[in-house]
Amino acid sequence: MLIEACNIDVQIGKKMILKSISLQIEKGRIITVIGPNGSGKSTLLKTLIGAITPVTGTLIKAPELSVGYVPQRLHIDETLPMTVKRFLQLPHKMPAKCLQNALSEAGASNLMNQQLNSLSGGQLQRVLLARALLTTPNLLLLDEPTQGLDRKGTADFYRQLNQLRQKLNCAILLVSHDLQVVMRQSDQVICLNGQICCQGKPEDVGNSDTFKTLFGLDGDGDTLALYRHHSHSRTTYSQPSANQEIHHAG
Amino acid sequence: MLDDFIIRAALAGIGVSLAAAPLGCFVVWRRMAYFGDATAHAAMLGVALSLALSTPVFAGVLLVTLLMAVTVSLLSGRSYAMDTLLGVMAHSALAIGLVAVSFLEGIRIDLMAYLFGDILAVGKQDLAIIWGGALLVLIMVGYRWSALLLATLNPDLARASGISPQREQLVLTLALAIVVAVAIKVVGVLLIAALLIIPAATARPFSQTPEAMALIAALIGIFANIAGLAGSYHLDTPTGPTIVCVIAALFVLLNLLKSLIQKTDALLARMIPSRTSEQPGLTDTSKD
Repeated sequence: MLIEACNIDVQIGKKMILKSISLQIEKGRIITVIGPNGSGKSTLLKTLIGAITPVTGTLIKAPELSVGYVPQRLHIDETLPMTVKRFLQLPHKMPAKCLQNALSEAGASNLMNQQLNSLSGGQLQRVLLARALLTTPNLLLLDEPTQGLDRKGTADFYRQLNQLRQKLNCAILLVSHDLQVVMRQSDQVICLNGQICCQGKPEDVGNSDTFKTLFGLDGDGDTLALYRHHSHSRTTYSQPSANQEIHHAG
Repeated sequence: MLDDFIIRAALAGIGVSLAAAPLGCFVVWRRMAYFGDATAHAAMLGVALSLALSTPVFAGVLLVTLLMAVTVSLLSGRSYAMDTLLGVMAHSALAIGLVAVSFLEGIRIDLMAYLFGDILAVGKQDLAIIWGGALLVLIMVGYRWSALLLATLNPDLARASGISPQREQLVLTLALAIVVAVAIKVVGVLLIAALLIIPAATARPFSQTPEAMALIAALIGIFANIAGLAGSYHLDTPTGPTIVCVIAALFVLLNLLKSLIQKTDALLARMIPSRTSEQPGLTDTSKD
């Protein structure tokens, strides 16, 4: 277990954003958080990285936990000159070799000396991924990493991510809108709407009524069957989980 | 050497420019230009307070600028936007300060000296305060440099790295208050923002990294101080405004120079086609 949340409530201002969230992230697993806009997905990630403190509940982190975080969007002000090389070294200086390794692993090896604000959306996501890899994380948290990318860009990004997981054996928690891609890449899906509506294996969540209602799908099996393909050829490092059944929390 | 008023003036200007350059960069990057301006205007109330209580001007100004900065950060986002609050507080403070100064009897005050600076009247004690403040700001900003940069770039990335964006904001606010307090003697409350913003803006097109931008801004500030001092000596013009005129002229000239270089580059690229292939920034090579 890398990180475990028990009955967490998160409040921003006077508004309750997350209510009684309990989840566990185990080593090497890919977990996807899906949910409508404003359902608290980003807030959940920010709570897990410690940027937001929950009002109640406990967050247990394993001593060996090392988190790499890729934010939803990075707006780079035109007035701030910043090379990729310099950006990767914020806040800590790193040897050039580490930087090059991280960039290669993220599929951005030739971007070292570029200006951040000259990068395309896909390139910037890869640089952000490289930065998250610098701390050799065992948990990667990605907040809608493919937002604004086209289909090919999205597919490329997920392929890179999958290779990474196999190489680094790190767990990945990712927030996404791309139902199709997401469902077939993950070990576990968490369906969020202020609270956890349901969680479990992708196909189980995909078939649950809560999920269909939440995403306005009319429940014909054909649509959902697309979400999971069966070439489960990659090595999974996950331990069997006690948390595979679907919880209907109303 | 310090007995010569011109030397003291030059040293004062250099001290303020050194501190204002890196801080000015953050003011530009974080779009705090109006914050700098408002803080400087509010400083007038500090001037009035210290004259009334016969304390050093530096102390009164520092107190008022800090108070304003803290009040604005506490109140903003409730019912008014940050810039509205700044406008209300800065101009109220400036007006109250100007009225308060007029009540002070027995002291003949040269208001112009505080509005536009009086760099030629910098004494040895002023010089010590200016350099003390400047060094303090440089140490603060230098020590927190990477954390400040990351917090400026993205607050969430900063938090994920264990940096508190609020704390970094506080460091900047404190540094800004100190710079305003020490710069009053040099350029006056109305022109301090120019010293912060214009060198940083001028440096931007010539910089590849944040560090380069701060360094170039410092060089521009120092050059403008010396050139402005010399200019005002020979032309018999007010020194503070002359220094700002030089910085403004540099801004225009260097921007023109930059666009000229770019035009020439583009022209050369068209004449020698092979040049274009040497620019890796133009091709998207990340796709595999």
